[in-house]
Amino acid sequence: MTRLDQLFARCRAENRAALIGYLPVGFPSYDDSVAAMLAMVEGGVDAVEVGVPYTDPGMDGPVIQVAVDAALRAGTRVAQVFDAVRAVSQQAPTVVMGYWNPVEKYGPARFAKDLKAAGGSGAITPDLIPEEAGPWLDAARDEDLDPVFLVAPSSTDARISVVGRTNRGFVYAASTMGVTGTRDTVSNRAEELVARTRKLTALPVCVGLGVSNGQQAAEVAAYADGVIVGSAFVRALQDGGVDAVRVLSQDLAAGVRRR
Amino acid sequence: MTAFRVPGSAPELPDATGHFGPYGGRFVPEALVAALDQLEAAHAAAQQDPVFVAELDDLLTNYAGRPTPLTEAKRFSAEVGRGARILLKREDLAHTGSHKINNVLGQALLTKRMGKKRVIAETGAGQHGVATATAAALLGFECTVYMGEEDTRRQALNVARMRLLGAEVVPVSTGTKTLKDATNEAFRDWVANVETTHYAIGSVVGPHPFPMLVRDFQRIIGVEARQQVLDRVGRLPDAAVACVGGGSNAMGLFHRFITDEDVALVGCEAGGDGVETGRHAAPLTAGSPGVLHGARSYLMQDDDGQTLDTHSISAGLDYPGVGPEHAWLRDAGRADYRGVTDADAMAALALLARTEGILCAIESAHAFAGALDWVRAQDRDDLVVVVNCSGRGDKDVDTAAGYFGLV
Repeated sequence: MTRLDQLFARCRAENRAALIGYLPVGFPSYDDSVAAMLAMVEGGVDAVEVGVPYTDPGMDGPVIQVAVDAALRAGTRVAQVFDAVRAVSQQAPTVVMGYWNPVEKYGPARFAKDLKAAGGSGAITPDLIPEEAGPWLDAARDEDLDPVFLVAPSSTDARISVVGRTNRGFVYAASTMGVTGTRDTVSNRAEELVARTRKLTALPVCVGLGVSNGQQAAEVAAYADGVIVGSAFVRALQDGGVDAVRVLSQDLAAGVRRR
Repeated sequence: MTAFRVPGSAPELPDATGHFGPYGGRFVPEALVAALDQLEAAHAAAQQDPVFVAELDDLLTNYAGRPTPLTEAKRFSAEVGRGARILLKREDLAHTGSHKINNVLGQALLTKRMGKKRVIAETGAGQHGVATATAAALLGFECTVYMGEEDTRRQALNVARMRLLGAEVVPVSTGTKTLKDATNEAFRDWVANVETTHYAIGSVVGPHPFPMLVRDFQRIIGVEARQQVLDRVGRLPDAAVACVGGGSNAMGLFHRFITDEDVALVGCEAGGDGVETGRHAAPLTAGSPGVLHGARSYLMQDDDGQTLDTHSISAGLDYPGVGPEHAWLRDAGRADYRGVTDADAMAALALLARTEGILCAIESAHAFAGALDWVRAQDRDDLVVVVNCSGRGDKDVDTAAGYFGLV
């Protein structure tokens, strides 16, 4: 069993959803980004998504765009992602979340090898679909990493099946048709998508896009195996620093236990 | 050369999965896959549907003003000398002032066919935005155009045109504030509204089927030009020359000539301050393969795969990527790509204006400069060259006046 498998098994045993938190490397600085990731874990995040900053993050809304722009302007390099993974994965299972071009440029095999060596569990690739993922799937298999592709409300059952067969670890269900960002309500299409996905794969299904507080986390935890929070953590870090990240993590962690 | 499309037959490239060799494909969020499948199916069905073909043909003829003329530039040719004959494919005379209308009318009819009521677009120089706003007005669609904040300043006239046509123009202030970021923003809008909205991409870029679809709608440029040259000169041209930003006017001109192996295909990228300075927008000349905006192609990137800032005096060419079919033509050695500096393009713009009375777009001026260079580098006389005059220069009068110190 991989660390992610163990995590979801433990959450099932505790009758709760897993809490997965995202922050990009290098925002507001490398050191502070890693400190914030560790604070997320202290506050109750079960697994960390380490973001690879990218100039053209097409799946991200303004909060994350601004943060990764700042990280890049500060000189953040892709190789630092592995340093962050090395620090964080000692405390919790860690995946990277990265757009494809930086991975392709780094070299898929080399990226997988360095990610594994740093203690990473896998990678979420928001602009890569299984049909284009041949080199990455080979590299991930060679290093025993979990490739995580997304499903969306617009996905056909046939495509959800493909993702279910290709993924390891979990399936990332995009709750809404849209980009990352906090929303007042989590789309009700998420529940339907999770239900459809469950029929087509035995993997845990985690919901991302739009969750920003404990109440919303509880609502999603009622029907999903995991709750993914990104923009809300970035905003907390921006507005209140590492302490605010810890506080938000505690609120969300209580939420995923109120299913 | 058997891999090239045989004229008149079904296209051999891209392949069924949208690839031109290693280029193209679909590097997109899963949320867009259903819409791309829908668009691919609608395009395939439309091409076989005589009603669609007739409706598009009617719009191209009676609304856009096709076929556009082929103008022999005698005084401009005389500047080159050696008996060269330079023929201009006058896309600047198409409605809205550039070739962009060809693609937009096709995509607008597809939008109607798919039952969508809203179109969005990215635009650099504003020509594609104006064309999209025009088609939206004609067919009664809601229209939003994303344009980099820097471009809204240097192409203010086109912003006003779009707004007059009823479109919403959204200035994009993220990243480099130019075409690249306008494209990112249009993709974000599309992900959120894909069920009601068609994203009318303006060039032969983006995920499959866009590079194929836009090429298919622009291909008429080369189809007309080839016949016009045969009628005028009695033989095929020695070269077909076009500017390349994303590459739609070039792909439109080149495609019908690909199987005419004796016709040189010359693509002119934005060399900016000079390709050697790094301040340019010439990915085929000085970039490397990578993935941007949904497809693999050449792009300007650093060692980490981060997209590099570009520079060009021309907003329409100021883009770090390029269409995947151009990448394939480059690697196959079938087309030749070169950078043309801001200075050379502006000199060609002035020369064309003074010798022919044609004020072309700064984008197109890159093709004229490239054509002059190409002819001068050949060791033969009496060359016949078709240059795509892809757009008119009204929008660029402010930039040119500033550049030449005229006001």
